[in-house]
This record gives sequence, structure tokens and C-alpha cells, in this order.
Amino acid sequence: MSVLDPVVELIRGLITSGKMIFEKPVTFQYPEEKREVRPRFRGRHVLKRYDNGLEKCIGCSLCAAACPADAIFVEASENTDEKRFSPGERYASTYEINMLRCIYCGYCEDACPTEAIVLGDNYELSFFDRRSAIYTKETLLEPVRTENMLTPQKVEPKVYTRSVPEMKDPQD
Amino acid sequence: MISDWTLWLEWFIKALVVTLALLTGFAYLTWYERRALARIQTRIGPNRAGPQGLLQPIADAVKLIFKEELTPGKADRIIFFWAPIITLVPSIIMAAIIPWGTSFTAFGRTITLYVADINVGVLYLMSIASIAVYGIVLAGWSSSKYAMLGGLRSSAQMISYELSLGLSFATSIILANSMRLLDIIDAQKSLWFVVVQPVGALIFWIATLAEVNRAPFDMPEAEQELTAGYHSEYSGMKFALFFMAEYQKMIVICAIAATLYFGGFLGPFVDKYPLLGPVYLFIKVVVLLFAMIWVRATWPRIRYDRLMSFGWKIMLPLSLAIIFITATGIVLQDVFNNDLYFWAIPVVSTLAGLFTVAIVYRELRRKAYERA
Repeated sequence: MSVLDPVVELIRGLITSGKMIFEKPVTFQYPEEKREVRPRFRGRHVLKRYDNGLEKCIGCSLCAAACPADAIFVEASENTDEKRFSPGERYASTYEINMLRCIYCGYCEDACPTEAIVLGDNYELSFFDRRSAIYTKETLLEPVRTENMLTPQKVEPKVYTRSVPEMKDPQD
Repeated sequence: MISDWTLWLEWFIKALVVTLALLTGFAYLTWYERRALARIQTRIGPNRAGPQGLLQPIADAVKLIFKEELTPGKADRIIFFWAPIITLVPSIIMAAIIPWGTSFTAFGRTITLYVADINVGVLYLMSIASIAVYGIVLAGWSSSKYAMLGGLRSSAQMISYELSLGLSFATSIILANSMRLLDIIDAQKSLWFVVVQPVGALIFWIATLAEVNRAPFDMPEAEQELTAGYHSEYSGMKFALFFMAEYQKMIVICAIAATLYFGGFLGPFVDKYPLLGPVYLFIKVVVLLFAMIWVRATWPRIRYDRLMSFGWKIMLPLSLAIIFITATGIVLQDVFNNDLYFWAIPVVSTLAGLFTVAIVYRELRRKAYERA
């Protein structure tokens, strides 16, 4: 402490804030420049597919049961080998998530026995009315890489009998 | 009679130029302030509307014009309507006597680079600056009890700091031996008054900050803790007028500071090319405005009782002492015909400033001791 402190401290403050002018702004110019989300970020849901294009979702409704906000609605239908959507007996013929209700807790992800539903990295969810807040299966389903992988597929009989894939060595 | 007619035209054009310069200057000062503040806070600031955000003021203006205007039910409608105007007008007409150059010859006649040349220019500035207080008081008085408290608060502040402001005006009057702003600038040809009287310039600067309600003395519109103050009931274009008045006052007072202490339009080659004058004045004003923004970005708002005791117990005695020192130095220099006395002015006044700082330090220590 010295006698000149009242002035020295004021000037030190000015110098501190003056230095910041030469620092690089931390701003992200949002629509043009997007920041990568964190690895465990929980954004909009994505319904995954297997490598051959079949949907992972088997319409078991466990996600709907786990959902604390009651945001998910699933309706299942029967698979046939002529028109196969997913392995096993059934597939989700309707899959809706109300994005206004969803709290992005990720319980659906945990409940899913086939790891079909995953909370992705899309956070740009905006809509003009409540109706468009209900995301349907078409929006949620992961796009396919090639045209012949689209569901429903016509497959060999007696191949896709098991709805839940065999876990070889469950690591996580 | 022809010359009369052209004289009127010349005045009209010059007044128009000053007014328009202030109006656009106000708009771009908001932009400048936001960008500069943002950079100090390592942000970018408005850069979306137009290149580098240069159209942002226009967007703001459009928003304010189309906002709904409310008049409180129990407001005094006439005064409520006139208060913003009473605040705005002084801030514009103050600019009339600020010289932004000497004169140049065009169209076969000498055109002076100032709207009015008043031989008591500094008095004019003081009186017009005081009128602005009326607008604020009336705005508070006519709207509601909260705005009334805000108005009283800000008028008390402005009146308190006006004393120190006037005294530091007087310092440069003594140094220049004239009240005419052109003479004051002429007297700074060899040496800016900020060198002769640094403490006086500092007092002027502090009083200025309080006078135009800038941080750290922005009690009148402390948005965060005091809900705006005198203009809390105003919205839309009427609010915009207050906003405008404040920023125009910032520009004008920076121009006055430049004129009184930083040599006004003076600069290299300004004698040969008088049109360089406005450029130099502009640069000085921009730098001084940056200092205001810098201060706002750095220092916290001062508590109201401390603001008052700082104004009355520190600023006022110090500025009286500064005037005394300046006047004594000038007189002694004349009597003994020795320049040493003139150079004693900055030294002695700096010592007086340091003495004041020591007193402030002692007071702060005592307060800290009492609290402990």
C-alpha cells in the first residue's frame, strides 16, 4: 500500500482492460461458423440403421416407457421377408418424438436394446407451429448411403430371425 | 443586399452541416461505443447489419421509431412532451460555437469554419450546458415518482459537478487570457494547455464524465440497479431523443475538451491548409471518445454518496486550488518577467493533485480501519 494507490489502482485497471483490445475475440460467428459439440452432447435424436440398411429399431416401445416426459410414441407392425424393415418380428411403423416435450435426458438411448435411438449433435431445432414440433420417423431416421439400402427390403428367408443383435463382448 | 443574402446562406449551410454531423455522429457513436466495448470484452460487437455493422444505427433508429410510445396516465402531458426536446436542443446548439478551423477562401469570399464566433464563448457553453439540466428535471417531474427520484438524483449530480467543470473552464480562460474559443486555440499554438495544466485537464475530464452521465458517474441511468432514472417512463422516439441528447453531449463535450486543453483544430500544416482543421478536431474527438468508452469498460459505478462527497470535498477544492495556482503563476510571470514562474504552474498543480490523492488515500485508510 502506498499513498498513490487510489490513482495507481485506477490506472492499472485501465491498462488491464486496454490490453484486452489486442486479444482475439472469443465470438463464434454462429450461422457461418459452428462450434463442435462435445462428444457426449445430447442433441436431436437419430434412428440408426445397420450397415446393410435395415433399421435398428424393432418397435419395442422401451424408449417410450423410459421417457420421463412422455414425448415418444411408437407403433409396431409385423415384418415379413418380402417387406423387411428391421431384423426380427416387428418394426416401428410409426415413430414420433414431440420435441416440445423432450427434455434431452437420454433415457431412451439407455433403454434401447438395439442401440437404435441415439441423441445426435443437431441442436438447431426450430419450428413455427406445434404440429411441426412432432418429428416423425422420416425425419429421425438416418439417411441411407445408396439407393438399394432403403427399407423395406426383400431378403432371403430365415436370415434375420433375431431382433436383438448378438453382443459379442459388451464393453460399454 | 446580395452579400447579405449569401451570408445567410453560408450560415444556414454551416448550421446544417453541424447539425447533420452531430446527428450522424450520434448514430455512429453508438456503433463505435458498442464495437469498442465489445473488443475490450474480447467480443466482436455488432457486425451483421451492413459491412462491419455500419448499418446497425439505422436498424436501431427504425426500431425506436416504430416502437409504441406510452404516456403515463397521470403524467403532465405538456411537460412530458417537451422534456426530451429541452434536453436535446442544448446538446445541438452547444456545438455552434466550436471552431473546427480558421477560414478558407472559396467562391471569392472568406468562409469561416465555425457557425458563430462569440467573444464570451465559454460563458455560452456553460449556460447552455446548464439548460440541459432542466430537461432532465422536467422529464422526471412529469412522469412518475420513480422517475422523479431519478431526475432529482441526476440534477443534483449535474449541478455539483458543474462547479468543477466551470472552474476548469476558467483555468483555460486564465491561461488564454480570453473567453473567445478561437483565442483559446490560438494561445495553444506553441503548447497545449494539457501540458501547462495537466491537473486542470484531468478535473475537466472527470467533471465532464459526471456532466454527461457517463460511467463511472452514470447514476442517472444506472440500468442495472436504479431502473434508468429520469427516463424510465419514456419509450419509443421520446426515449430516443434522450439517448440522442446524451450521445451528442458526449461528442460536443469531447470537442470542447479538445478545444480547451488539446489545441482544438491545431495540428501540423493546419496554417497552410485550413481544411485540415476539421480532420484534426475529428481525430482528437475520436480519441477522447475512446477514452470515455475505455473508462466505461473498466471502472465500476461509484456509490451515490461517494459521488457527492467526491464532487464537493475533493473536486471543488482541488479545482479552486488549480485556479489559484494558475492565476498566481501567470501574474508572477508578468510581474517578474520570468518564465520560471510559468513553468511552476504544471509542477505545483501536479503536487497539489498528488496531495489530494494522498488525502483520498488517508480517508480510505481511515474508513477501512473503522470498518475493521
